[in-house]
Amino acid sequence: MRFVDEFRDADKARALAAKIAALCEPGRRYKLMEVCGGHTHTIYKHGLEDYLPEAIQLVHGPGCPVCVIPMGRVDDAIHLASQPDVIMTSFGDMMRVPGSGGSFFDANAEGTSIRMVYSPLDSLKIARQNPDKQVVFMAIGFETTAPSTAMTMLRAAREGLTNFSVFCNHVTIVPAIKAILDSPDLRLDGFIGPGHVSTVIGCRPYEFIASQYGKPVVTAGFEPLDILQSIYMLMVQLSQGRSEVENQYSRVVPWDGNQAALRAINETMELRPYFEWRGLGFISHSALKVREKYAAMDAELLFAVPGVRVADPKACQCGEVLKGVLKPWECKVFGTACTPETPIGTCMVSPEGACAAYYNFGRMNRNRVPEAQVTRA
Amino acid sequence: MTAGDQRSWVDQALHEHDEHERLDELERHAGGRRQLPLADPEQQVLDRIDRARRRRPRVREERITMSHGAGGKATQTLIEAVFLDAFRNPLLEPLEDAAELTINGTRLALTTDSYVVKPLFFPGGDIGDLAVNGTVNDLSVAGATPLYLSAGFILEEGFPVADLSRVVESMAAAAAAAGVRIVTGDTKVVEKGKADGCYINTAGVGLIERDVTLGAARARPGDAIIVSGPIGDHGITIMLARGELDIEADISSDTAPLNGLVAELLNAVPSVRAMRDATRGGVATILNEIAKAANVGVLVSEDDIPVRAEVRGASELLGIDPMYVACEGRLVAVVPGEEADHAVAAMRGHPLGEQAAIIGHVRAEQPGIVQLKTAFGGTRIVDLLVGDPLPRIC
Repeated sequence: MRFVDEFRDADKARALAAKIAALCEPGRRYKLMEVCGGHTHTIYKHGLEDYLPEAIQLVHGPGCPVCVIPMGRVDDAIHLASQPDVIMTSFGDMMRVPGSGGSFFDANAEGTSIRMVYSPLDSLKIARQNPDKQVVFMAIGFETTAPSTAMTMLRAAREGLTNFSVFCNHVTIVPAIKAILDSPDLRLDGFIGPGHVSTVIGCRPYEFIASQYGKPVVTAGFEPLDILQSIYMLMVQLSQGRSEVENQYSRVVPWDGNQAALRAINETMELRPYFEWRGLGFISHSALKVREKYAAMDAELLFAVPGVRVADPKACQCGEVLKGVLKPWECKVFGTACTPETPIGTCMVSPEGACAAYYNFGRMNRNRVPEAQVTRA
Repeated sequence: MTAGDQRSWVDQALHEHDEHERLDELERHAGGRRQLPLADPEQQVLDRIDRARRRRPRVREERITMSHGAGGKATQTLIEAVFLDAFRNPLLEPLEDAAELTINGTRLALTTDSYVVKPLFFPGGDIGDLAVNGTVNDLSVAGATPLYLSAGFILEEGFPVADLSRVVESMAAAAAAAGVRIVTGDTKVVEKGKADGCYINTAGVGLIERDVTLGAARARPGDAIIVSGPIGDHGITIMLARGELDIEADISSDTAPLNGLVAELLNAVPSVRAMRDATRGGVATILNEIAKAANVGVLVSEDDIPVRAEVRGASELLGIDPMYVACEGRLVAVVPGEEADHAVAAMRGHPLGEQAAIIGHVRAEQPGIVQLKTAFGGTRIVDLLVGDPLPRIC
C-alpha cells in the first residue's frame, strides 16, 4: 500500500538500527521519552524495540488523551448522560474507561445512551435527527482533536442548533511536558516529540525544552521508520552534545503549526485556571474550557455537573507510568488485577496507553535484530 | 452499578491478586512442580501474568455489555464462566464450532448460530446468505458433510414482508448452492422496538463420513497454519455498508459455503489437525484458541497473511487490525508441516481457495502465546481482542 509500506521497510530499519547502535557510547545508557501515546502504540505494534540496542530505553510519556482523564471526570460524564433526554457522544476509546461507578459501557447497560462517534461532526447529525433530545459531546484530547471540536461548535452555531453542547476535557501538551521535566524522579536524555499535536501547534512551543532544560527534541511521524529515524536524530544530537528542536515529520508538521486550527480553538475555547490530570494531579493552565461567548454550548453550564474529585484506587500506579517513572510491568497490579479486560487504571484502557500496548503487544521475550546487538560492551 | 459496587470489584480484584501472590510465594518455597528460577524481574512478571491468565475465568460485570458479544476475551469469559459451567459435558467441553455426536455408530456434527447483522442487506450478500453459510461452515470445518438446517425467525412488528421474502429467497439459494435442505423452522414476532427488523437462528446437522479427527487441541509443534484467502472482507464491508464513516471502497462480503473447499482439502490431506472458520474475532482469535487448546506457541508472519488493499486501507484509517476482522467464507487450517504445500495446492484448486497461503507455524516455544513477525521486521504478541470495534457484524 503506497504511503504506508515505504515507512515500514525492514531493510531501511536494519540500516538505521546499525547507525543507532554505532552512536551509543560504551557504558552509557539512554532514556528517551516518546511523549505521544500514538508513538507508544506504533512502537509496540510493529515491534520496533527489536531494532534498538539494550542501552537505549524508551520511556512512555503522558500523551495519551484517554489516560490522563481522571476518574471524577468520567463520573461527571456519566452523570450528564443520565439526565433525562440526553444522548452523549464519545470517541470509542473513552467507552471502556472506568469511573468510580463503572465505564460508559456499564452505564449503557444501566440505561444511558452514550454513542460512539468517529468525528464530533457525527454528533451534529445525531442532534439534527433528535430535536427533542440534548446531544452532549464528550470532548477529549490534546491540541490534536481540539480543532475538530472547535469546528463542530462553529458549525452548530452557524446552523443555529440549540440541542448540541460540549463537555470539554481538552488538555494541552506543553504543561504536561513541563511537569515531567520538573519531576525529580526521572532523568531523561531526550524527547521524541508528539507528531499529531505538532501539526496544530508546530515545533516552536518545544524550544524551552532544548534551551532551558538542555534536552533535544525531535518531532516524529507515526510510522515505525519515522520513530526509528527520530531516535537516530536524537542520538546524533546527543553524540554531538547538542540540544535542539528538530522536525522529522516535516512532511506534515509546519514549524509554526496550523494557524487556522489555532484560531478556531481560540475562538471557541480558553484556558482553564487549572485542571486535574490523572496521576499528575492539578496542573495550572493545562486544559481548555468553552469560551463564554459559546456558553449555550457548554455542558458544564447547561447541566449541574457534580465535579466530585475521586481518588484513584490505591494500588493503581498510572501516575508513575504516565510520568515514565515506572515501566508498565513494574506496576504492582499489572496484568493480574489490572488487565485490558478489567482495567483498574486508564493506561490499561486506550490502545495508546502504555500498559495496554505492553500487555497486548509486548508481553514476551524480545529477540533484537543482529544490527542492534553490535554495541560495544 | 453504584460507586460502592465498583469499589467492591476493584477491591476484590486486588484481594485476589494478593491471594495469588501469596500462593505463588508458597509454591516457590515449597519447590512445587512450578519451580521458578529467579529470573530477571520482567520475566517474573510475565510468568505471574501467565499464571493469572490460566485461572478460571469470572464474569465481573453485573450486566451484559456489547463486549460480551464481540467474540473476544469477554465472550470467551462469558462462555466459560456461565454457559460451560452450567452445561458442562464432554461433547461441549472442547468448544469447537460444532459438537460431534455418535448415534448408533454414526458420527454426526451439530451446530447452531444466530444472526443479528446490521444492515440486513450489504454488498455481497444479506442476513439470509449469512445464516445458511455460517452454519454450513461450522459443520464443514468439523469435517462433516452438511445436510439439514433449521431456521428460526425473530421479526419486529412493522418489518416489510418484501424484505423478508428477499432474505428467505437468499436463504433458499444459499442452501441450494451448499447442497443442504432447510427442514424445520419457527417464527416469532416481537413488538416494534423490541428487535431490529429481523434476527435469524439456524441450526445444522451434518454427517462425518471420513475417518478424520479434528480439533484445535491436536496442533503440534512443526505444524503449518494456512488461511484459505484474503481476510477481513466481510467485517470491513459491513462497517462501510453502515454508511457512518463516509468511506467508500470497492469491496464486498466473502460470505460463501466452505463445504466444497473443505472436501478438496480433506481429500488431499486427510491428516489435517484442525479447521476453524474465521468469523467474529477474525483469524487472530482462532490462532489464540489453537495456542490455548494445544498449549503451543504460534508464530505467524504479517507479510504472508493475505489482505486485500481495500481492507488494509480501511483498517489503517479506522485503526483496526485486519487480523481481528470477521470473514464469512474463510477458514484457518492446521496441517502437519510436511503436508503444508500439498494442502495449499489442493485449496488453490478450488475457487474459494485460490489465494490460500501458509501464514505461519506452530512451535513449542512460548506456549499459549501467538506472536507476529511484523512486516517492519519486529515482533509482537497477537492477543485475544478486548472490547468491540465492530458490533453486530454477523
